[in-house]
Amino acid sequence: MIWENILIYFVVIPVLTLAGLAICKNIKQVRAVSIVGASALMVLGVYVLIEFLQLRAAGNVEEMLFRGDWSWFEPLNIKLSLGVDGISVAMLLLSCVIVFAGVFASWNMDPLPREYFMWFWLLSTGVFGFFIAIDLFAMFMFYEVALIPMYLLIGVWGSGNKNYSAMKLTLMLMGASALLMLGIIGIYFHSAADGNLTMNILEIAKNNAIPNNWQYFLFPMTFVGFGVLGAMFPFHTWSPDGHASAPTAVSMLHAGVLMKLGGYGCFRIAIYLMPHAANELAWIFLILTGISVVYGAFSACVQTDLKYINAYSSVSHCGMVLFAILMLNTTAMTGAIMQMLSHGLMTALFFALIGMIYGRTHTRDIRKMGGLMQIMPFLGVGYVIAGLANLGLPGFSGFVAEMTIFVGSFAHADMFHRVLTIMACSAIVITAVYILRVVGKMLYGPVYDDHHRTLTDAVWHEKFAVITLIVCVAGLGCFPNFFNEIIYDSFAPIIKALGAF
Amino acid sequence: MDYSQFLNMPQEIGLLVVFLLVFLYDTFMSKKVQNALPVFTCVAFGLFTIANLFFAYEEGTIFGGMFETTQATVAIKAILNIGMLIVLIQSIKWANSEYMTVRRGEFYELLLITLFGMYFMISARHFLMFVIGLETASLPLAALIAFEKNRYESHEAAAKYMFTAIFSSAVFMMGLSFVYALSGSLYFSDIALSVMGEKSTMLIVALAFVIAGVGFKLSLVPFHLWTADVYQGAPTPVTGYLSVISKGSAAFGFMVILVQVFGSVYDMAWEWMLYALIVLTITLGNLFAIRQRNMKRFLAFSSVSQAGYIMLGIISANALGLGSLMYYVLVYVLSNLAAFGVIGAIENKTGKVMMADYNGLRSTNPWLSFAMMLAMFSLAGIPPFAGFFSKFFIFTSALSTGSVALYVLVLIALLNTIISLYYYLLVVKAMFINKPGEEGAIAPFKSACSERLAMIVCVLGIILVGIVSCIYSGLIEAAESSVTMFM
Repeated sequence: MIWENILIYFVVIPVLTLAGLAICKNIKQVRAVSIVGASALMVLGVYVLIEFLQLRAAGNVEEMLFRGDWSWFEPLNIKLSLGVDGISVAMLLLSCVIVFAGVFASWNMDPLPREYFMWFWLLSTGVFGFFIAIDLFAMFMFYEVALIPMYLLIGVWGSGNKNYSAMKLTLMLMGASALLMLGIIGIYFHSAADGNLTMNILEIAKNNAIPNNWQYFLFPMTFVGFGVLGAMFPFHTWSPDGHASAPTAVSMLHAGVLMKLGGYGCFRIAIYLMPHAANELAWIFLILTGISVVYGAFSACVQTDLKYINAYSSVSHCGMVLFAILMLNTTAMTGAIMQMLSHGLMTALFFALIGMIYGRTHTRDIRKMGGLMQIMPFLGVGYVIAGLANLGLPGFSGFVAEMTIFVGSFAHADMFHRVLTIMACSAIVITAVYILRVVGKMLYGPVYDDHHRTLTDAVWHEKFAVITLIVCVAGLGCFPNFFNEIIYDSFAPIIKALGAF
Repeated sequence: MDYSQFLNMPQEIGLLVVFLLVFLYDTFMSKKVQNALPVFTCVAFGLFTIANLFFAYEEGTIFGGMFETTQATVAIKAILNIGMLIVLIQSIKWANSEYMTVRRGEFYELLLITLFGMYFMISARHFLMFVIGLETASLPLAALIAFEKNRYESHEAAAKYMFTAIFSSAVFMMGLSFVYALSGSLYFSDIALSVMGEKSTMLIVALAFVIAGVGFKLSLVPFHLWTADVYQGAPTPVTGYLSVISKGSAAFGFMVILVQVFGSVYDMAWEWMLYALIVLTITLGNLFAIRQRNMKRFLAFSSVSQAGYIMLGIISANALGLGSLMYYVLVYVLSNLAAFGVIGAIENKTGKVMMADYNGLRSTNPWLSFAMMLAMFSLAGIPPFAGFFSKFFIFTSALSTGSVALYVLVLIALLNTIISLYYYLLVVKAMFINKPGEEGAIAPFKSACSERLAMIVCVLGIILVGIVSCIYSGLIEAAESSVTMFM
């Protein structure tokens, strides 16, 4: 039975929470149901992690654990296949943390809290489903489930130029998923040489039957399809507008988890299933992602809106994820996964803090703020920590991730990769510029607006969300080896597939 | 004559019984119980629909092979029945309105007759039978479109429909005369044999006429010009009926003609014609839909582009394509009727049909806007709603033959889904995001029981038909079992 597989509960819990929200009467019940759902997911995430580590320690070397297959659409041999490796476990854990913090960050959602949380949980359903599925059809379905709630979340609850941003974001991401759908159907029809077509990723990788000339066509389709969500240049333009208009928790979830779907998909589908094209075409996308990294950082320098700064910073950091994946070696890929975790937590923390500051000052323009550290020390310290993590201070997650990425990238001996790596490295310096500029202007110095003196510091649920995220960022930074061990084994099959050519 | 052969057309007989019951009720029952006529029709047809789903059918032919029952025809008829039932339920309130009372009986009788014609169109294996079905289906529709006789647009629409229907039939029969000249027979199987390997210009001309004739019924671009005006002018239940039932049956008939009759000349004659039609239909339908502000015109153009997607099922010319086409029709029936249900409910209550009138609908009528949103998402192909599955499968079936040209075609179709998503989201945006205008949003109202029932059926369908996989598997199975006869 499907219920005997533990992974399915990553989808069942959000769906049950959705059902629970549908019958809620007031905001208290809405909060209660959401917290119960988020806590249950958190417990489940930790349980799966422990179970996973035990199975691995017991010598289970299968590529995916907790496997299960249930026939779904028989005529096309589509199954609901579940399974996780270390990378998926890490992603699931990240999603649990961010959903948990996101619930607390949207504590005082107004208006229509119930509808807001229903969309929020629908989005979560898609995210979790995406990470547990290993069937192309199921993955794609969950991927799109995660995208569409963004439209209403931004359109109804957003701020600023929200209609424009919401429509732009939805259309760009859905446009990418149109390419993706063609890619997936193409992969399906070339998945097996003997005619037993399948959508199961493991089987496709094992069959290794996609002809080279088809790989040249399908690889760009899938890579760009996912790359748009990973904010790859020149398709990143939805990201700053979308983030700037979205409500706090949605920005958190979007930058924290949703953009990771892009990186994860590039890695799991584009590169894993089409290693030949990945080897041959990586250089095109390396240039594009390299531009993302540097260009995102420079753009962040000239912004004055806090959310725009972080959105461009996200473009830069997510670009680094794709950049590292395309280096196609274990060290850089480990760094990429680390960067996904690190960026997810860090950006969620950033957006949470920005939302809290904005909720008090009612402006996000850094020119109109100053000396906030005196007024709201807790939020100020939180912001400094997030900033330092972002610019890669040792002890926080950013340092570990970026260090690994650049060590891995530099391992390539040829000119092209090394030059690109050096250029991408410069983004670290630029990051320091825009982070320190904001911290200096906004938090220190004289108080800009006397009205701000009356503002209060964080309340308990805000503190709770911030502390949860800081603990995770520091934990990842101080004990990177622990996470490294979880994810490290998962690269072997992919590297083997890449090396086969 | 062996009368037992009529048992090979059980669905037609069932429909005839329903029709006669309605007719007798309308003619002989006393004035007092006449108000129950719409409900009576719904119950009778509902029982028929349900019996349909559980009846074991035997495959067979009748009228000397002119009429054939296969698992696939049974399945598509069952799908049309479900759509018809929803239309009937939706129309109860409208049929009981004041100025409809005298002509209520006719409305239901004509509606059932058109369905009867479509049954014949679907099962026909001889062009004579096909044309009879086609005419039986289209002429009563003109009367139905003109039903609101005190509305000017209704007349205009009926006149336009009448002219295009006759014109398209003429074009179609012109094509048939060429076909007859080529093969000397109007039996599908005979024609299929005689056109095999044929490379004459005459065949191309014949095909062009036949495709154009059916293209009018399906409102494929460039034969779509009547669609928007007719949809706007017709009474809303009739518009719903036109957009789904009529289209579904024509699509099935089209596939049978192209694949069964002209399947052997696929690559030299009609493959590229169909590609061009599909690209034009989807793209132009979408582009025109963006500019529409009247909800009925909006759905008219959206249904033009949906017809293009349905055509994608034809190009693979195999069981997968046929099954996916039927599945697409089923999902399209449910989604489109959900949209028309909401539009009809609002129109009955307030008379408003413009998109701007829907601004702020969420705050006053949350359930109606919820149903409308699901319908829009399903039409746009957003998971987990049924529309996503039907789109995915129809694209998969189109690519199953694997030529590069098809990948380009499907890519165009896929990019068009983004355009369609834009205008479907405009409706969602009007209801959920926009602030109501100066008049304020449509005041909260309670829609009639019947309208709510129809909407619940549609919404359940939209949510379940996709995820519950046995429906798709069943349709594919039906398509596969009839495919030997079909090819």
